[in-house]
Amino acid sequence: MTDTARLPKPKPGPLDYLARWPLRLWVAGTALFLYAPLITLMVFSFNNSRRNIVWRGFTLDYYAQVLQDESLQHAFVNSLTIAFVSTLLSVILGAATALLLWRFRFTFKLGLEGALSIPIVVPEICMGVAFLVFFTKVVPWPTALPWPLNLGAIIIAHVSFSFSFVASVVRARLASFNREMEEAARDLGASEWRTLMDIIVPHMRPGLFAGGLLAFTLSLDDFVITFFTSGPDTITFPVKVYSMIRFSVTPEVNAASTLLIVITVALTAIALRMQGSDAGRDPS
Amino acid sequence: MAENVEEPWFRARGMFAALLSGPVLFLFAFLLAPLAIIWGYSFGHTQGLKEIVVDGTFANYAHALNPLYLSILVKSFVFAVVTTGLCLLIGFPVAMAITFAKPQSRAWLLLLIMLPFWTNLLIRTYALMAVLRTQGYVNVFLGFLWNNLSQIMVAAHLGHLAPFQPLDLLYNNFAVILGLVYVQLPFMVLPLYSAMDRLDRSLLEASLDLGAGHLRTLFQIVVPLAMPGIASGVLVTLIPSLGAFLTPDLLGGGDSQMIANVIERQFKAANDWPFGAALSFLLMYVTFAAIALQSMFTPKGGRRG
Repeated sequence: MTDTARLPKPKPGPLDYLARWPLRLWVAGTALFLYAPLITLMVFSFNNSRRNIVWRGFTLDYYAQVLQDESLQHAFVNSLTIAFVSTLLSVILGAATALLLWRFRFTFKLGLEGALSIPIVVPEICMGVAFLVFFTKVVPWPTALPWPLNLGAIIIAHVSFSFSFVASVVRARLASFNREMEEAARDLGASEWRTLMDIIVPHMRPGLFAGGLLAFTLSLDDFVITFFTSGPDTITFPVKVYSMIRFSVTPEVNAASTLLIVITVALTAIALRMQGSDAGRDPS
Repeated sequence: MAENVEEPWFRARGMFAALLSGPVLFLFAFLLAPLAIIWGYSFGHTQGLKEIVVDGTFANYAHALNPLYLSILVKSFVFAVVTTGLCLLIGFPVAMAITFAKPQSRAWLLLLIMLPFWTNLLIRTYALMAVLRTQGYVNVFLGFLWNNLSQIMVAAHLGHLAPFQPLDLLYNNFAVILGLVYVQLPFMVLPLYSAMDRLDRSLLEASLDLGAGHLRTLFQIVVPLAMPGIASGVLVTLIPSLGAFLTPDLLGGGDSQMIANVIERQFKAANDWPFGAALSFLLMYVTFAAIALQSMFTPKGGRRG
């Protein structure tokens, strides 16, 4: 890397593979493959035709229909509520886990780390059916509870798969903490708790935000696990979209999908920006 | 920065207990318990409509080995392997192009690969449905080309072509594999990129200087050095493909059901939870075996950097 940087080359160097046309074509082809379906989906959500194949002019009708559709609204509110509550709980649990693993040495540490990797390695379908069984047989979640308590089962399921992601993001952030700051605080007479809240938590903050946004998007995006835990009154946005897709390809689904794409991409971009700026700002 | 030295837990028992209790209780109650329960169910059988008796039987696992289900397991594995192979084939040159691009274009190329990865799986699958269906964009476009060709042939007095028959692109094995590749490709590109980014470029330059061609350098220098990245890329593509539910559910036809669809059916329509539980655990065991295999082949110790 440094070698190539030291020698300025007027024409593309031997390793500048992107300057070669076969590779350019390959990358362009891959990009087309990845983007063409999504872009057509988004573009045709503005298409003034039910058949949805040929462009018949611009319209926002389908967005108006989506925004007025009561069951979609209900599903969307459910999704946001679940995402908010599960994010809050995931951040608390994830932060505690990260602090625990960062600070202490204990016998079953490897076991805890193994348990935390379950949501990453176990196939989603297995987690989904496990929650289905758990919330129907073992802890039957009453379906008649008033909103938003009826969302409890889904919230718990979402927390249990997302808090370990939060923990790993926060733990990465903690790695850059200067322990001398903590020692200084203790030397100056701060209590354990005070040191945690005034010195360590402020350092964790960017990690908490990034982890929280990650948990939020994971929750908002999840289909498979929610599909097995949701009941007729606790439909989320992706589950609703799924039932619409099963019937047919319609411009309303395109509009609803476009909304979800925009929301998740925006949230992820914010989360990444936070993590990025956090890495750049690192004092040590 | 001071070295982070972990302190033994008993030096701050209060804080340790406060931090430990929440996550551990949650993990046991809401993650390990649900999994343990279906593990238990996999050794039971249904009695009547609702009752499940756990009696330590292996009948469910034996049932899973009957030819019908075994063939679905094998098919899922074949789909996952084909998907992984295609992702590697498509993704490797892309990862290489990103690695050797100039720093400013590298960030954009990475974003290009990452962006679809952030959009919802369900929506990406739906987008493919709209492209592939009988009245989808591919067929409409092909039909348009076909009709023009036919008109040209009429104009040139060559007779005319038969009317355009839309291709059956959706609801078959082709659609499932295409969908899996579409969904999993970013998972493959990222680990490949991070492995190749670490590799020592002077080795490549030496190889080229000493007269090896680009292809020979690729296969004798780049591929062996990127092997850890290839291994982890294969793993992160293979595992989700093996357990894929949505893609075969929405894009597949009657004969392209994968293991996850069978599991779903056992828990919903067929209502045979013990059998579904056994299938879930078979899927998990295969997944764990793949992870163990990968960690065996990944060299331990320090990596060059």
